[in-house]
Amino acid sequence: MTETAFTPVSAALGGLLIGSSVVLLLWGNGRIAGISGVFGSTLGRLPRGERGWRGYFLGGLVIGGLLYAAVVGAVGPVMEQAQQLMPAALGAALVGFGTSMGSGCTSGHGICGLSRWSTRSLVATLTFMALGFATVYLTRHFL
Amino acid sequence: MNRQELVALLSGILFGLGLAIAQMTDPNKVLNFLDFTGHWDPSLALVMGAALLVAVPGFRFVLRRPAPRWAPAFELPKRRDIDRRLLAGSALFGIGWGICGFCPGPAIVSLSTLSSGALVIVLAMAAGALLHDLVFRRRGAGAVKPMPTPIS
Repeated sequence: MTETAFTPVSAALGGLLIGSSVVLLLWGNGRIAGISGVFGSTLGRLPRGERGWRGYFLGGLVIGGLLYAAVVGAVGPVMEQAQQLMPAALGAALVGFGTSMGSGCTSGHGICGLSRWSTRSLVATLTFMALGFATVYLTRHFL
Repeated sequence: MNRQELVALLSGILFGLGLAIAQMTDPNKVLNFLDFTGHWDPSLALVMGAALLVAVPGFRFVLRRPAPRWAPAFELPKRRDIDRRLLAGSALFGIGWGICGFCPGPAIVSLSTLSSGALVIVLAMAAGALLHDLVFRRRGAGAVKPMPTPIS
């Protein structure tokens, strides 16, 4: 386990940017910035005109990371050793499966859904938070 | 690039920068948020709180308009029911999130490191999503409805 410090200033600043991002996409395009939904739907077939903006949005996410890297330093750390990467990949597969099944993730349910006062999103957010807490508790104290 | 794509690009850049600045791309910070019993790092709660501080009034303001600026209509989820799929899916997501410390946004932003680790995480996420659709046969034509009118 790697300890991290509470970083209130960068957390608040980053949060304000994320909030601005989702408002911009709704204002301009009338779309919900749900990243699992945008990502997942590009994996399948899409009607004409539905793929382009999704690609630009996902590309923008990576460019955001590159801009940060140019000024501050690379985001991460990203694990590279197979010993860490194998369980992480299993977790990531569950994230992909679960967000498809539950129609959303931290952005779609957690930020956009709560901002629309959606009960479905509130229930989803409380559910994934609770299971996240439970999973970390189990893996850190019993495994 | 049309105006919708430009808006999507700018929105994506803002979101990616926000996640990077907030250090939500560091799985340790996410896992330490999810660990009350260890060295608790409440940063993630503040990130969500600050995002909601903008998005709650922002959505209220935007949704009062008759239509988005560059699209014919708002495309909002219409379902209201709490079903098993929502609960089971969110639960599985929470378990996976607790294992790897990545939700979809930070995973994609991490591709900016051009590291094999980030690529493995994103590919695993894609594999999980595709497996879901294989099992439940929901992807393909018709999964996403086309826009009512074409946008130039």
